[in-house]
Amino acid sequence: MSEKIAESRGGRQQPPAVIELTDVHKWYGNFHALKNIDLTVRKGERIVVCGPSGSGKSTLIRCINRLEVHQRGSIHVNGVLLTNQTKNIKEVRQEVGMCFQQFNLFSHMTILENLTLAPILVRKMPANDAVDLAMSYLKRVNIADQHDKYPGQLSGGQQQRVAIARSLCMAPKVMLFDEPTSALDPEMIKEVLEVMVDLANEGMTMICVTHEMGFAKSVADRVVFMDMGEIVEENTPDEFFDNPQVDRTQSFLNQILSH
Amino acid sequence: MANLVFIPAPDLPPPPGQVGIIRWLKLNFFKDTFSSVLTLLGLYFIFWITGPLLSWFILDAVYAGDSAACNAAEGACWSFIRAQIKLFLFGLFPRDLLWRPILAAALLAITFALTATRIIPVLAMVLCWTALVLISYWLFAGGFGLQSVPTTKWGGLMLTLMLSVIGIVTSIPLGILLALGRRSKIGLISFLSVVFIESIRGIPLVTILFMATILLPLFMAQGADLSTVFRVQIGIILFSTAYIAEVVRGGLQGIDSGQQEAADALGLSGWKSTALIILPQALANVLSPLIGRCIALLKDTALVIVVGLLDFLGIAKAAAQSALWLGFEAEAFIFCAAIYWVLCFGLSRYGRSLEQIGAAK
Amino acid sequence: MQLLEKIKFQNHRSLLRGRVYSFVIQFLFMALVVWAVYALMISTQANLEARGVDSGFDFLDQRAGFPISVSLIKYTPDDSYGRAFLVGALNTIYTAIICIILATIIGVMMGVAQVSGNMLVAKLAEIYVEIMRNIPVLLTLLFIYGVVLARLPGVRNAIELFPGGYLSQRGIYFPQPVPLSGFGFVIASLIAAIILSIFFQRWARKKQRATGYDSPVIRVNLALLIGLPTVAYLIAGQPLDWDVPTLQGFNFQGGLTLKPEFVALVVGLSLYRGAFIAENVRAGIMAVSKGQIEAAHALGLEPGKVISRVTLPQALRVIIPATTNDYASLVKDSSLAIAIGFADIVSVGGTMIGQNGQALEVIAIWMAVYLTINLIVSVAMNAANRKYQIVER
Repeated sequence: MSEKIAESRGGRQQPPAVIELTDVHKWYGNFHALKNIDLTVRKGERIVVCGPSGSGKSTLIRCINRLEVHQRGSIHVNGVLLTNQTKNIKEVRQEVGMCFQQFNLFSHMTILENLTLAPILVRKMPANDAVDLAMSYLKRVNIADQHDKYPGQLSGGQQQRVAIARSLCMAPKVMLFDEPTSALDPEMIKEVLEVMVDLANEGMTMICVTHEMGFAKSVADRVVFMDMGEIVEENTPDEFFDNPQVDRTQSFLNQILSH
Repeated sequence: MANLVFIPAPDLPPPPGQVGIIRWLKLNFFKDTFSSVLTLLGLYFIFWITGPLLSWFILDAVYAGDSAACNAAEGACWSFIRAQIKLFLFGLFPRDLLWRPILAAALLAITFALTATRIIPVLAMVLCWTALVLISYWLFAGGFGLQSVPTTKWGGLMLTLMLSVIGIVTSIPLGILLALGRRSKIGLISFLSVVFIESIRGIPLVTILFMATILLPLFMAQGADLSTVFRVQIGIILFSTAYIAEVVRGGLQGIDSGQQEAADALGLSGWKSTALIILPQALANVLSPLIGRCIALLKDTALVIVVGLLDFLGIAKAAAQSALWLGFEAEAFIFCAAIYWVLCFGLSRYGRSLEQIGAAK
Repeated sequence: MQLLEKIKFQNHRSLLRGRVYSFVIQFLFMALVVWAVYALMISTQANLEARGVDSGFDFLDQRAGFPISVSLIKYTPDDSYGRAFLVGALNTIYTAIICIILATIIGVMMGVAQVSGNMLVAKLAEIYVEIMRNIPVLLTLLFIYGVVLARLPGVRNAIELFPGGYLSQRGIYFPQPVPLSGFGFVIASLIAAIILSIFFQRWARKKQRATGYDSPVIRVNLALLIGLPTVAYLIAGQPLDWDVPTLQGFNFQGGLTLKPEFVALVVGLSLYRGAFIAENVRAGIMAVSKGQIEAAHALGLEPGKVISRVTLPQALRVIIPATTNDYASLVKDSSLAIAIGFADIVSVGGTMIGQNGQALEVIAIWMAVYLTINLIVSVAMNAANRKYQIVER
């Protein structure tokens, strides 16, 4: 299906592939969790992955930064093949940023320390430069005044924005979002989505697992629908929502869009 | 227009080496070099220790015979335990009256079972335990139709259980009162409670046992006397009360102030709201730590050997030094340890199950 | 208007009633306490007189008349009771300190073992913890003293662990280092090494802030702390003599002796408390949110850094309060020394009571000493706790 989309662009010179999953399978013991996954994400693309719970969406993106291990097929990130070698894994993880449903900020460190930890320890950045970098990102997500607070003192929406800033400090080539707004109260979802939309508009490559269909419609280049461990349908948002090809997609859309 | 039918792809079996024994072994025992080395060292240790232990405990052990037979053999002398079992369990209690402590033990088991399975309501539980304490005391001491047995003849596991059970049963209500006293708004009561709790908790049980055995006779009117067992029991009760008070205080602190407000709004007086609303919730929250105190008390009663009482541990030590069976301390201590372990481990499992019930709520 | 005043008056009355109630209760209670104390004092005095026992703390100046086998300071039976108490107190304190260190090491090892990925090691540690926690510590003590140590060979057949180190029924013997004239130089070099390593750490931190360069601090520190004194030692011509224990007649002479009572007490207490500390360590490590660990990995941090920067600080938040409680318990457990004949403060006091019957005074001294130690441990506890508090909204 990605070929069709490429064709529709009139065969222009395509941006390089940032993430390539080829025939990826994953098992948990005997349970076949991911089946025949083929996915290519190009620079600047915004992918939304949706599907019922248990469909393997989180597993898919967690395989990309090796938080889960795939057993068959290959995953290339930024040209680097993902293997068991720690050097590879470290290289990949530096280029891939991840935002979790539960924010996962380090609760014993201030916001500023949360952001500067990885640049200092992993990119070996001088402390002062790291602080400047962190403050600039905190300003971008509108939370610079909280830099010396602890995560426990912030609201959910604030924590998630900090988490996004923390990932951005490592200057990743692609951002992964694992249901970033699912744990938030409704009034805080907006502030996080705004940050994500800003990020998308600046050209960040992102893969976002989410139930926020409004976000998908307004920002995504492609919507990927998964069920039972495989990709069922993949299309532009317009086509996906208005003209789904597969019956399973239609029934899923009926369910989620009915309320 | 969704005209394509989704046919789910078939579930394939995982590639070889992903499941099964080999993978399980690799993951849990040989994940990396360091882990593999540890596994090998551990296996070596197990093999090194199993042979001699097996021989001593079981294969070469003597199960029947006298001390000469035991001395001649290489292994453990379990016939020593068998010969002296009554001593270990009942101390010097008259051998023809053993039905009394046995009955008391049976009653204890029944009461514990009734409490643990929650068949009876809480008030009935309290009555049962009180009745158990009184009946057991009657069975041990005699009087009122039963032949008297002086406290000097009480010993062994019987004494350990008696000291622990009476200790806990008495110290729980006292501890609750003390915890309430600590939280009292009346300055003097609160002050005295704190002083008592912190003083008792700050000093070792050994010193409290000394205090009980030496100071109590000094405090009493001349001529009056308490047997050592009584003095020790009082000491144990005082000791346990302070610790229970702290556990209950923890439970009380966990109660939302909203509960007190609701009780006040309903018009319940101070005592009533405490007894009917606050306390039951506080106690329900700390059931597991309370069981922890029971286990601790059971282990702590072993210290009475220091003031001359022959409880389970004391009897074990004394039995191994008796003229007839000299030199079998290892067997005596191991038997003692095994019984203690079964009781304590059982209680701790019970406590853990309470925790899970609490969490489920 | 009249209704409002009526209500105010009634409120005022019930408030007054409440205050009167409280006052009356306190007065009655106070009266009860005073009466009880008074009655006790009268009774005690009568009993003491009847038994011919003196009162007061003057006895502390009297000659003690009993020996103490283990003492940090010089003591003979001609010294005063007061000095005997001091010896006992010192024994209690240094035993407690050694047990705290040992129990912590055992506890950390067993706790980490239980959360390591290796199932065999985890199971072995779990078995250790479950056995030690469910047996009275006194039983462990008596077992080590009466069975393990008592069955060691006699002095004539002592096991030679290494040249100069012997294991026997009468104790463990070590060669004792005897500093010669040049040794001060070695000490000075050690102090210099410590100072240098502190400065190096400061410099390394500054450099990292400025340029991000990660200096090999651990390696340099090790080299300094071990290397410098070693070099100084060699230059000074090896100024260390060894007092090696040698078998003369019926016992070893010379060297450092660890009495079996001391060994049994320290080993028994440490094994017991170590099991409890292991549980604390295990609970602390498992309490760290797995999500935060994942986030740290996702950021590219190496496993070592994840442990030191994320897992450890948060685990300590749970481990420290529980473990300082265990330390306080260790101090009290040391009183079990009386059961195996080690001369701690309870043993010494017990002997005194046996000799002159002044139980009240001895017990008062015990309480004073233990409550003071407890207070110090509590203060240290609170300081450590505060450092690791997590700030919440």
